[in-house]
Amino acid sequence: MRLAEDHVQIVISEVVRAPYLRLQGIRKDFGSFTALKDIDLDIAKGEFVCFLGPSGCGKTTLLRVIAGLEVQTAGRIELAGRDISALPPAGRDYGIVFQSYALFPNLTVAQNVAYGLVNRKVPRAQAAARVAELLALVGLPGSESKFPAQLSGGQQQRIALARALATAPGLLLLDEPLSALDAIVRVKLRQEIRALQRQLGVTTVMVTHDQEEAFAVADRIVVMNQGSIEQVGDAMQVYREPRSLFVADFVGRINVLPAHTVEGGGLRVGRHVFACEHAYAPGRDVRVYLRPEDVLARPIPPGDPNVFDAQIEKIEFMGPYCLVRVSGDALGEHRLTVYLSLNYLAEAQLAVGSRLALRVVPERMRVFE
Amino acid sequence: MGAALGAAPVRQRVHATERIAHAVLLLVALALLAFLAAPLGAILQQSLQDADGQFAGLKNFVAYARTPALLESLWNSVWVSALVTAVTIPLAFGFAYALARSCMRFKGLARTITLVPLLAPSLLAAISLIYWFGNQGVLKAWLTSLGIEQIYGAPGIVIAEIFSTFPHALMILVTSLAAADARLYEAADAMGTSAARKFFTITLPGAKYGLISAALVTFTLVVTDFGIPKVIGGNFNVLATDVFKLVIGQQDFQRGAVVALLLLAPAVLTFAVDHWVSKKQTAMLTARAVPYVPKPAPWFDGAMSAYCVLICALILAMLGMAVFASFASFWPYNLTPSLRHYAMGLFDAEVGDAFINSLAMAAGTAVVGTMLVFVGAYMLEKTQGLKPLRSLVRLLAMLPMAVPGLVLGLGYIFFFNAPTNPLNGLYHTLTLLTICTVVHFYTTGHLTAVTALKSLDAEFEAVSASLKVPFYKTFWRVTLPICTPALVDIARYFFINAMTTISAVVFLYAPETKVAAIAILNLDEAGEIGAAAAMAILIAAANTVATFVFMGLSWWIDRRTQAWKKR
Repeated sequence: MRLAEDHVQIVISEVVRAPYLRLQGIRKDFGSFTALKDIDLDIAKGEFVCFLGPSGCGKTTLLRVIAGLEVQTAGRIELAGRDISALPPAGRDYGIVFQSYALFPNLTVAQNVAYGLVNRKVPRAQAAARVAELLALVGLPGSESKFPAQLSGGQQQRIALARALATAPGLLLLDEPLSALDAIVRVKLRQEIRALQRQLGVTTVMVTHDQEEAFAVADRIVVMNQGSIEQVGDAMQVYREPRSLFVADFVGRINVLPAHTVEGGGLRVGRHVFACEHAYAPGRDVRVYLRPEDVLARPIPPGDPNVFDAQIEKIEFMGPYCLVRVSGDALGEHRLTVYLSLNYLAEAQLAVGSRLALRVVPERMRVFE
Repeated sequence: MGAALGAAPVRQRVHATERIAHAVLLLVALALLAFLAAPLGAILQQSLQDADGQFAGLKNFVAYARTPALLESLWNSVWVSALVTAVTIPLAFGFAYALARSCMRFKGLARTITLVPLLAPSLLAAISLIYWFGNQGVLKAWLTSLGIEQIYGAPGIVIAEIFSTFPHALMILVTSLAAADARLYEAADAMGTSAARKFFTITLPGAKYGLISAALVTFTLVVTDFGIPKVIGGNFNVLATDVFKLVIGQQDFQRGAVVALLLLAPAVLTFAVDHWVSKKQTAMLTARAVPYVPKPAPWFDGAMSAYCVLICALILAMLGMAVFASFASFWPYNLTPSLRHYAMGLFDAEVGDAFINSLAMAAGTAVVGTMLVFVGAYMLEKTQGLKPLRSLVRLLAMLPMAVPGLVLGLGYIFFFNAPTNPLNGLYHTLTLLTICTVVHFYTTGHLTAVTALKSLDAEFEAVSASLKVPFYKTFWRVTLPICTPALVDIARYFFINAMTTISAVVFLYAPETKVAAIAILNLDEAGEIGAAAAMAILIAAANTVATFVFMGLSWWIDRRTQAWKKR
């Protein structure tokens, strides 16, 4: 019995691992400008993937290529094992939600949600039941007879989501769906989208330029830059183990320090030598990336080579935490930005000009050439 | 993925419904090719041929340049148009400034009065002038005292053209003056700038493109107008009347074609400059601009009101005289009101039939034109594929703006009158008159439709495709209902212009398909100026009724769609 169960387990994980959406060598040229360069990406069934990047990085173009709204110059797209590379949008199987909602203003909420059902000759009563079900799902039961203009932005986007899900598509595409909403609605709706996606298990691709949003909802984040994929990984991987300078810089706040590798595996910044593991030969000029939260004010173990003396130059109040800029004699002209809690600053009676000891967490230092 | 290099680019399969869109686009393109490009090509062809149809190179142009009488017409056209432009633009700018920048009262009324001349054929101003200053005119003595011997000729053309072009220039200038950013004026005030300096550094530069555009439009309208010089020009020849004389009078198609090409030149220039201007203009006012709201200033507002009252009085005097004269029993001897001219015009001169023709043509133009323009614009804006065809349709849709009616009409004769043309059967029919009018006024309708379509969410079609709903269903259920107000606007524009147009159809009618505006010209030629005035008033009246009908339609649509517009 055990064996059979194990076998089932293996089969299931095989199925899960077979990509639901597969992009191979996707390239998109607009005239002489290359918007996408040889994109390869596999997305598993039921996964929630975010395309994250600055504006102009190609993330929206990639989504539109998947949707068939742009035609790739080269490359292959497979959806559920079917080659859809050359299929027009109507021949693919997805629902899409745009930043602008794109609700039909002259149709009621019910007519909007049922828009795709009517065309499939779903009987009227069945369509009405499906509409009611979807409206309940997006938290707007009973709003059938309203017009889009009578709803708030957040409510309109929920209706757009219901409309995209009405025909039970295998893939849900979200093109910056939250960008037009104000901050509070945005946070609330992104949690709901995530919960809904979990509940329905629909494979989802969302485009966003907001890293916090990507961290909050995505199983995996695809960081893009200048038409290429920089890194694919979950939130923690992208944040803690950035694979490139770009990812380190784009995701979260980070200190960049020029350093020199020394004999015995250390890194010299200014006059201070930090003990840190890295793969570089001695005598090389490198750059060290270090997040503000990876510089600690306590505990300070005595004799730790990664402790240095610092002086506070500037304190920027951010709420429970302050962004503190420090200089250190040993660091030379370099400055570090660190997070210190408001409570600690008060407790230790620190102000601009105060001196304190800080410790760098060596395994968090990312070294790039 | 080196394999991708050198491989043929991926081509998306065309969905069955998209083929329908392509077929419709192709039909629109064919219609514009047959009824716009081909006639224009025929003019070019005629201008390069001799009377026997042999290629003659530039011989016709040389012959033209050697005919002093024709060269004089060219010069006449140029200086008259320049003079009219020089007078109309400042007059209209003052009026537009009052409407946009003062706290004058009754702005709506003032605006409406200035738009009334658009409801009648442009030659109505010429008829009125004859009653005011003609040989038996009320103020003839006043004119002679100014040293002007008679109104017939250049003086009459200039004054009448100023009246008929004023509303056109005004509309452009009001739009450009209304689009002002209040922040600029507030910043200037904060720095203590004088009113004159504000005017010359903010207002005038802001309206620069509007002024250029209005001046070019005015010039082109005058150069290509046929009705006014025909009625009040006397022996003063201009290009537009030359074309008519050469083609209809002397059957000299070749030189007629040469003159037509000359008429095309300023219009093409206007078109090019206007295109350039509109590109610049869009960047002028950002979405963040705060609209300018004028503040009350008693002296300034008073002066502006006085100016507008004067202009409105002149316009009303012009219209009023035509109305009065149309009812006068026997000018200038018996001024008791009667319907003699109306009866004479409608029944004796059989303008009644022409009037019915006009209404049929205007209705046809409104219906066919609106449908063609909207479907064409939709296919351009909201469907994909067939790029080269798309560019062609885009170009052809903008071209009519650069083609004077007279030139288009001439092209129709050359093209459709040719016995070898399979469409020859259309010649002289009301159908061809309708098509010609649709094409003549295509561009404005097209631009209105494009603006309306561009204001819709660009992703409607993408959403429909993802829901597997064919584009035509979305067109019918969403696009069309939302765009109905724009459709009504387009239909009204087509109707009113079809009722008043002369130049495009003057070559194309047969006795049984004569339209009212042409009948007026014939009445005037026959010396029946009273009846001509009556018929022009009748056209204006019909257009007024039509305007109210269209306004009612807009109101009704607005009420029906309020449910989903309400917030």
